[in-house]
Order: sequence, then structure tokens, then C-alpha cells
Amino acid sequence: MKYETVVGLEIHVELKTQSKMFCACSTAFGSEPNSQCCPICLGIPGALPTINKKAVELAIKTGLALNCKISEYNTMDRKNYFYPDLPKAYQTTQQYHPICRDGYLDINIDGRKKRVGITRIHLEEDAGKLIHDSENSLSLIDYNRAGVPLIEIVTEPHIESPEEAVAFLEELRNILIYLDVSDCKMQEGSLRCDVNLSIRPKGQTSLGTRTEMKNLNSFRAVQRAIKNEAERQQNILESGGEILQETRRWDDLKGQSVAMREKQEADDYRYFQDPDLVPFIIDNQMVEKIKNNMPELPAQKRERFVSEYGLPEYDSRILTSSRELADFFEASVKLYDEMKGSKESKTVSNWLMGDLMRLTKELGVELGDLKLTPSLLVQLLKLIDQGVISSPIAKEVFDEMCQSGQEPDKIVEKKGLRQISDIDQLKEIVREVIQENPKTIADYKAGKKKAFGHLVGQTMKKTKGKANPQLVNKLLQDEINIFQ
Amino acid sequence: MELYKLTVHEIRGLVNKGKLSIEKLVRGVIQRIDSTESLLDSFITLNIDEALHQARTLDQLISQEARLSTLAGIPFGVQDNICTFGIRTTCASKMLDDFIPPYDSSVIEKLKNSHSIILGKLNMDEFGMGSSTQNSAFKFTKNPWSLHKVSGGAAGGGAAAVASDQVFYAIGSDASGCLRQPAAFCGVVGIKPTYGLVSRFGLVACAPSLEQIGCITKDVTDCAYVLEEIAFYDKKDSTSIRNGNSTYTSYLMDDVKGLKIGVPKEIFDESWDPDVRTYVNNSIEILKKLGAQIVDITLPHFKYASASHSIIFCCESSSNLARYDGIKYGMRAKGVDNLEELYCKTRSQGFGQEVKAILMLGNLFLSNKFYDSHYKKALKIRELLRNDIRKAFEKCHIILTPTSPILAFDFNHESSLPIGMSESQRYALLANMTGIPAISIPCGFSQEGLPIGLQLMADKFNEGTLIKAAYTFERNTDYHMKKPMKLEVTE
Ligand SMILES: [Zn+2]
Repeated sequence: MKYETVVGLEIHVELKTQSKMFCACSTAFGSEPNSQCCPICLGIPGALPTINKKAVELAIKTGLALNCKISEYNTMDRKNYFYPDLPKAYQTTQQYHPICRDGYLDINIDGRKKRVGITRIHLEEDAGKLIHDSENSLSLIDYNRAGVPLIEIVTEPHIESPEEAVAFLEELRNILIYLDVSDCKMQEGSLRCDVNLSIRPKGQTSLGTRTEMKNLNSFRAVQRAIKNEAERQQNILESGGEILQETRRWDDLKGQSVAMREKQEADDYRYFQDPDLVPFIIDNQMVEKIKNNMPELPAQKRERFVSEYGLPEYDSRILTSSRELADFFEASVKLYDEMKGSKESKTVSNWLMGDLMRLTKELGVELGDLKLTPSLLVQLLKLIDQGVISSPIAKEVFDEMCQSGQEPDKIVEKKGLRQISDIDQLKEIVREVIQENPKTIADYKAGKKKAFGHLVGQTMKKTKGKANPQLVNKLLQDEINIFQ
Repeated sequence: MELYKLTVHEIRGLVNKGKLSIEKLVRGVIQRIDSTESLLDSFITLNIDEALHQARTLDQLISQEARLSTLAGIPFGVQDNICTFGIRTTCASKMLDDFIPPYDSSVIEKLKNSHSIILGKLNMDEFGMGSSTQNSAFKFTKNPWSLHKVSGGAAGGGAAAVASDQVFYAIGSDASGCLRQPAAFCGVVGIKPTYGLVSRFGLVACAPSLEQIGCITKDVTDCAYVLEEIAFYDKKDSTSIRNGNSTYTSYLMDDVKGLKIGVPKEIFDESWDPDVRTYVNNSIEILKKLGAQIVDITLPHFKYASASHSIIFCCESSSNLARYDGIKYGMRAKGVDNLEELYCKTRSQGFGQEVKAILMLGNLFLSNKFYDSHYKKALKIRELLRNDIRKAFEKCHIILTPTSPILAFDFNHESSLPIGMSESQRYALLANMTGIPAISIPCGFSQEGLPIGLQLMADKFNEGTLIKAAYTFERNTDYHMKKPMKLEVTE
């Protein structure tokens, strides 16, 4: 029997607010344990919460970007359960009236468009962190994260493959970063994803029993876990077994999952509306105001890059894959165009897609980690245009510039990389090359066109790549002809 | 002069004329506490040294002719479920025996800014669960009018302390009539303001949607003075409501002419103590004579109020008290091997019987199985009650009932009642369910000399009307002038 996989995602996103969901404590990551706490987020008796307006705004922003309806009437509800990282023994969340619902996100799978429904987005608070000190057999708790605002985005079970899940997550992360809603760092836990998965015989309309997979720390882990879980379920069904509805924990090192011990005997969180927080109303005016201040989203930007800069679709997709890169591109093009007085978008694009990508990959860093600025890049392009350096040398200067932040002309001077365009000087070198390579000349004359390239290479080598390539070509031709 | 017998407004007059030193006043009440506390057990923690220190500082300020607020220099008591920075706040529970709040509740912050002086923390039922202080983990507070009777509860400590002149006023909380019922039992004035009028920030509530901070005073005038201080908008409490009208002292007028007072027909039943019946009827007559118009009103869903109140109270409590798990503060059970044992042992040892029963019931009512049949239904009844009340206020300005249909009872009475339900608070909890303000004032004494309380309720934010009606009644009666028996321990 053929099976198909049905996946829904639950994505927790830490919101980029200065202060926590219900108090004024900082949300900065990586501070001294328990240094960002107060009576409210520690659940000290008598302390009361008040809602962070900025968090509400960010949730609305996300909802609008994901084509959701924004709820007018909102409540905060309590999810009651005992765990040491939960100071009040309940999590304040939105069970009954989530802030956004009924949206969708279009993703691109191998050139095919696919729409994934968004069931709901709700606001909630994060819990603290347990730290196990096995040496002293102690469990310690850091409450810095307790009360940090989160949104949980719940999708419809519209995802059918690991690749679709990753495409969805990548597009979603991109949007959230564009919106400045979150920095979406999975390693720091500011983006977390749980996978709900079931399988069913192809053609069946009703859903199978699903499992929930937790502890997915990267998109790669999501991809592997989906593949693994679908196979696991299929094996069970094929051997006549039954899928248990359970929560499983992904072990990325082992590449497999294990069933988790239930947090509470039965999943009964005894939800009820939090009496400490009055229901809040989001009026049309507020939604409109946020709508009017929405930044351009990746999909819109992609289209514009094609129409405005005349870029190929492929370039546009890569350049808009992060807001940072897209902004860098646009700033560089603007500077370069101002300098040249003509549109040279493709040149900029080539540098970013080629050498920048290569360098970040080599160094294992991101654009933001480099010292490259649009101004530096354009200065470099200017040097090439003016014939001060050759293209191969420009790559060397680029790498150095990205890491040191030094201006390209300084690097050229310092390292003596200025292009050799002096005809007499080059003519001498070309003659040397011809004399040293009689066999190559003979090959060339015998009609082996490739041999010419070897001669150019030898000339470049002698000048350490500084020779003006066009000039070398011309001089070689001339000299070979003379000797003929 | 026995300074402790004064009222807030009398002290004001003397201080303003420069005839009274605050230190003398504070020493006066400390002496009074010394001589009566062993009989009454009103306090859990005393704050004597700090109070004296503040008194001396204030006397200096006064000598420099600093302008001070109405409550400056007036010693008061705070129910032990309201956080006081640096002063132990136990909620009368073993669970919080050693809990010292790292912050002041908003009400206390305000009163401190007004230079009122905290004398100590008052006894109560554990976490406010009970109607007699018999659920306090530490002590029972005796009724100053009869030492073998309860002082009421949860705010029994506050009511007894005010009635016996140990403090000039007390700040407490009221989630089910549990501030007004003790006021009635002890023959003093107690008000539960409109929900949202007084900040709850720093109140260790068990049922946030029902609970409101109020005050217990010796008379209605003092009630207006204290209420004026503690009613303010607080952005730290999301349920706090902006309300421009808070000059309650301007309502201290002897005038009820044309005031329509509604008496719900549903309240009269067999449960009333005959003396309560006599004096409540008598009060209606007095108000009528003073020019008020008595109208019949109906509260069709009153009979469901008590049960649905209990359900909501239990449910909210179960969640609000879940944080006492032995992890972060308060009691932690010793000799545990794992997390579950830590939770179970801490909560078994830290909470008293009544609290545990209420928490278990609350968890049950909120569970999937009982949510619709109990919690949701209780919320529906609450809505219906609000509706009843709204309709009633179309016909009248004030709703009148006894505060409690029964008198202060003997210790160990009421223990046979269902958990979380109290016969004595059936009328009072209406105001908690609907968020309206209600006041209890003395309106008579039983044959054995126990005080009887009259409850007046008004529509939301109409505390002014309540003060006016209560003040008029007080001006034309002398129940508030009576003092309990001689309480001093004779050596
Ligand atoms: Zn905090």
C-alpha cells in the first residue's frame, strides 16, 4: 500500500520586544542567570501581570503578513500544570480567543506554488530554563526566559513532505525577520518547531492517528525527523500495529525519536480565562495603523527585484532570501548607479551571489559578521571599472576587504596589486613567455587553440595576476604573429 | 485621655490643632495592644519598633509645619495577605510562614506615602478561605464582644482589632463578604469597593475576579477618609479602572430624602436569626422615617449565587495557589527524593484542610469532565446575576440586606457546611459576584449583646451614594458608639 504523510507545524517564536510579556524585565539573551527577573515574572505572591502592547503589535503584524483575520476580542487564559520552570504553575496563553486566525502562507516547491493554511496565532509567555548539574546532582533554574513573549503559529495539516516543511519554515523565518518580529535563532531557542505527523493510505480522506515531535533544533532536524517518523509509522502499520497518540522527542545525534514521559497523567490543563488580565480589544484603527506601516514582504520584494532591476528570477530569489542581503543589494546598487550614472544591477548581483556567498560559506559566517559595506563594495567595483585592478585581483582584494574592513584602494596600494597596463613592460614579459614555451607556440601554430590560454596563464603567473588581461591577449597575438 | 478610643477624623482634628503628638498616639495603641492581644489574637506579626520610629519622624515633620495627608500618623493594621515590603506576609498559612515580600502592594505604597503607620499584620483564615479565622494556621481571633465567639472571617483579625481599638483602621480583602461579615460580627464598618476601584497589586488573592481590597473602620466618616486614600488608578493592575469621582468625604451628608432603597424579596427565609430580623426591619423603618423610599425588588437568580460563587472561588483558587510548590519561596518539605514527592509533600504539609479541599474541588471543576457542567455554568449564573442587579438598579439606588443572616457563632460551628460555602456570607457575596460596592454598618445588638450588621449595596462606582446612606443612618442611630466589654487583662 502507498502511504502519504500529513504534517502540521506548531512554531514558537520569541518576539523581539525590549521587555517581557507581563513585566518590565529585559528579554536580552545570554545574561547572568536570574538577573532579569522581578516579582511578576517570578510569580511572587500578590504580583500582577499587565500586557506588553508591543508584543500585541508584533503578533498582529505577523498575522497580517500571514493573511490572517485579526481578532477584535482577545482574552488571556491560564494553562495550568506543575513544572519547576513555570513560576506561577500556569502559563498565560490564549486558548479561547487567539489574536489571529484563518490565514495562509504560499511557498514555492520546485517552481510550484503551494498554499499552507494557518489555523491560528496566539500570544503566550515562555517558561524558564532548567539546568541540570549532574556533578553535584542538582537542578537549577534560570528564570530569565520566564515571561518572554512568544507567539505560537499553528498550521493546518497541509504539509506533505519534509521538503515542504523546510520550505515553509524558511519562508516563515524570512518573513518574521523582514517584519522585525523575531531574530529567529533556533540555536538560542527564539524559533522552535514541533511537528504533528500522521500517515494515511493514499486516497483516504480521514486523518490517521498523529504523533507530536519535539526538540527539533534545526531545519535539518525537522526534515530528518519527518522522514524518520513517517517511516516509523509506516513500519508499524505495515506490521499490523497501531499508532499511539503520543509526544516524541527527537534525538538528532542518533537520528531517531523516543516517546516522552507524559508531563501530567492526562493532558488536562484546566484552561480558564485569566482573571488577572482584562480582555483586550483590538480595533480596526490599530490594525490599519499597523497595516500601513508594514515593511515590504519577501514575496513582494522578489517581484520588484525582477521588475525594477531586471534581475533573473534566480538572482531575485537568492538576494531576497534575507532582509539583510536584500537591503545590502539595494544600497550597493544605489551607490553604484549614482557613481556610474547607469543601471548596473547585475554586476552588483553577481558579486553578492558569487564571491560573497563563496566567502561566507568558506568562513562559515553570515553577511553581518563581515566588515563589508555597500560603500566598500562599490569602491572596489570602481577600481575594476577604472582598470586599476584586474578581476582576479579584485577577488583577492574583496576577501581581504570583507575581513579587515579596509578600503580597497588602500589594500591595492599596500599589497602592490595595481594592474600592469604598461605596454612596454608587458611586451617584455610576453616575449619571455614565448621564448620559454617553444613547444606551446608550436602547438598553437599547429592549430591547438587551447595552447593560447596556457600562454595567457603563464603571463599572468609571471605578473602575479596583475597584468591587464585584455592587453596580455592583444600583445600575445601580436608577438606570435611577428615571430611567424 | 484614652487616645486609642479616638477615630481617624477625631485624631485629624487634634493633630491639625497641634494638640496631639503622633508618638503619644502610637504609644497609646501599642499599650492597648499589649493589654488586649492575649485575649483576642488579632495579629500575626507586629511592627512596633518601626511604627515608633515613623511616629517620631512624623512629629518632627509636623513641628516643621509640613503639610501632611489625612491619614498621616494614623496607625493601622494590614490583613496578612497584603504584601508589605520587609514585613512577613504569611496569609495565615504555614506555606508562607517565612515569606517576606520584596515589594509593597500598591495600596500599602500609597498609605506609606501618606505617612500612615503600619502597626502589624492581622490574622485571617488561611489564604482568605473561611469565615471565622478558624482556618488560620496560627491562631483564632476572638470576638471582642464575646470571647467564645468567632470574629468572622477571613478578615477576623482586622475586624476584631478595629472593634477593640487596637488599630484605628484596617486594610483587608473581600472575596465573598469575608471583610464585611467580620465587620458585622464585630460591630464596625466594612466596605468592599467596586471591583477595580482599589488596586489589587500586591494582594495575595485566591480568587482574583471576586476579590477586592477594602477597609474596616470605626465609623462611616473614617470609612470615607480611608477609601479616599486607597481608591486610585494603578497601571500595575490590569483590572484597575480609572474613576474620576473619588472625593468620598464630600458625601458625608445627613440626607436620604428621595433615596430609593430596594429590598430583594428573595432574601427573606428561615435562616435568619430572629434578632437580625428585628433589627434589619427596624433599620428599614428608620431609613423610611428619614425620607428614604423603600421599594420591592427581585433578584431571580439569587438562589444560585452561593453555589456558583463557590465554584468560581474554588476554580480560581486552585490556579492561584498552584505556585506554592516548594520551589521558589515559602515552605519546602524535607526528605524528598524526587520532584513529584516535593510537590506532594510540600503542599500536603503546607496547606490546611479547608485550603486543600478547595484546591482539589477547583481542579475538579476545571477539568475537562466538569468544566461545562460546573465552571462554565457558574460563569453563566454570574452573568444572570449581573443582569438581575442591573435591573434592580433601574428601580432603586441602594439594595439593602443583612450583612449576615446569622450572628457571630461559637468556635467550631459552621464546620459541617459544604466546603467553601458559608451561610453567613450568602448576601454579602452578591457584591463579589457582580463587582458592585457594598458596605456593612452596625444596626443593632442581639439579646446576648452581639453586633448585627446592615449591608447596603450600590451600583458600580456609586460609593458616594453608599457613604451618604450609611452616614445618614449612623448619624441617626448610636450603634456605632457602643464599645465591647472591658477587654484589658487585669493583673
Ligand atoms: Zn519580570
